[in-house]
Amino acid sequence: MKGQGLRLYAILYLVFLYAPIALLPIFAFNDATIISFPLRGFTTEWFAALADLPTLHLALKNSLIIAVSSSVLATSLGIFAARASTRYEFPGKGGLMGLIMLPLVLPEVIVAMSLLMVLLGIGVNLAIWTVILGHTLICTPFAIAILSAAFQSLDKSLEEAAYDLGESKLSTFRLITLPLVMPGIISSLLISFTISLDEFIIAFFLAGSEPTLPVYIYSQLRFPKQIPAIMALGTILVALSVLLLTIAEYFRRRGLKKTGAKDTGGFL
Amino acid sequence: MRREAKSRRLGPFHAPDPVQTEPDTARQAGAGDRGGMEEKSRWHRFRRSEAFAGLTLISPTALYALLLLVAPLATILVYSFLTDGDTVTRIVWEFTFENYITTWTQPIYRAVMMRSLSVSMMVTAVTVILAFPVAYYVSFHVAPGRKALWLFLITIPFWTSYLIRVFLWKVILGYNGVINSGLTSLGLIDEPLTFILYNVNSIVLTLAHAYAPFAILPIFVALEKIDRSLLEAGQDLGESRLMTFWRVTLPLAMPGVVAAVLIVLIPTIGDYVTPQLIGGGKIPMIANLIQSQMLDQDNRPLGSALAVSAMLIVTVVALAFVLLNARFLRVKK
Repeated sequence: MKGQGLRLYAILYLVFLYAPIALLPIFAFNDATIISFPLRGFTTEWFAALADLPTLHLALKNSLIIAVSSSVLATSLGIFAARASTRYEFPGKGGLMGLIMLPLVLPEVIVAMSLLMVLLGIGVNLAIWTVILGHTLICTPFAIAILSAAFQSLDKSLEEAAYDLGESKLSTFRLITLPLVMPGIISSLLISFTISLDEFIIAFFLAGSEPTLPVYIYSQLRFPKQIPAIMALGTILVALSVLLLTIAEYFRRRGLKKTGAKDTGGFL
Repeated sequence: MRREAKSRRLGPFHAPDPVQTEPDTARQAGAGDRGGMEEKSRWHRFRRSEAFAGLTLISPTALYALLLLVAPLATILVYSFLTDGDTVTRIVWEFTFENYITTWTQPIYRAVMMRSLSVSMMVTAVTVILAFPVAYYVSFHVAPGRKALWLFLITIPFWTSYLIRVFLWKVILGYNGVINSGLTSLGLIDEPLTFILYNVNSIVLTLAHAYAPFAILPIFVALEKIDRSLLEAGQDLGESRLMTFWRVTLPLAMPGVVAAVLIVLIPTIGDYVTPQLIGGGKIPMIANLIQSQMLDQDNRPLGSALAVSAMLIVTVVALAFVLLNARFLRVKK
């Protein structure tokens, strides 16, 4: 009855969400240089074409360096903040946490532009590491959101038991706390990696002459000849994102099971 | 010693302590070194307190945010009151309101700001209204074991490259795009439709698609929190299902709706990619204007004033919306 109508609507909504993405593989394997119907036949030519684009390879290398560095940095910073906010009460906690989470609601252009103004103002040469600075800033709130959930579901009495049994603060953290929140940490690393890999605005303004993957894609969109290859590249990227997210979700659930918390679903 | 410290902490207006009966002169005589020791012990106590542990632990992250977020934002705030120099990247340290006067009175800037605001409001309305039934369905009609799967399916598109998704809409709506070529090959139209790309509606459609998961999740969380027995009570007391929804479910879901509105509204005002690709660069929004002033025109003070004004507009609209819904937000315990 009513549930059936809503169900139909929800399924149509999912179709709307996925329809554009579904076009990626369709046209990535289509044997035509322009993106239009009717389809012309099957080819893997566009995937093969990706192999001899030196700028693409450089962009991929840069993006991987940036994504690995920012995800490690953001997760480390996230561990500090998540641990502090879930375990301790201190003055100015709300303000500080609000400040750290601010990039989540601030338009990215403003983050990128203000950072760029400072970097240019003090005469820094734009390079890969300036992008890492920016990406760490915007990945940290996501890392904190995931890690807070992990630290929150941690049973305090387990740590206290370790203290009572003579472990030091550091060894307790290493032996008890870390293994229990490890799934959260892995999940946070994967999510931060995915965000950094896909991020365009900050990379566009802060990378200087170094291309990253999204910046490279953006530069190629002007050339109609390159579009099928971009579709192939997009297909690979989307497949990779889905794979990483599935792994992240697996670890998140395993972590919840480990600490015995209820599944609240979703990353946010 | 300890009692002394306590009375001092409570201040001179507190009820007299037995210690205070000793002569005042004696207190003053010992005040110097005792104060020093007290400072020390207070510092000692603070160092062992929970507050200190928490602040120390959060300091690396907080410091990072201060250096890379607050300092840059403060910089553009300062820039926005300075004067643009003649030479490249030069800024003259002369205080002025000129940039703000230009921003708020020049028709072109006003038009772009109004467009950004109206586009983001339309996007927000479309996104939230389309998202609500989905969140409702997942919360009320999906079996508990399958909810996580639905949420996972809803969030996946959000994690795929934003740039590629925006570009795909250009491919779909374009002159030789999927819709036009599809309709032509079906024989429904003879000539490609030109009104579907490079206009405000296509920008709204693209952004509404991009921000859909953002709207669903907060509404879903709010709906999950609703005590189901309240709904039964409503119906037992003779309300119809529709009235129960209107008078019980919706008001209780409002905190989630407000969160969804803010999460969609704020970033869409500052969107850069969609006007550039879908608008064909001919329908700039505020982000494109900030970028062109800061970099292409090299007028950093004016660009900063635009950025600060944009943040101001976002804050005012967001606050106004929260205040309008304060009634519903207070319900939340």
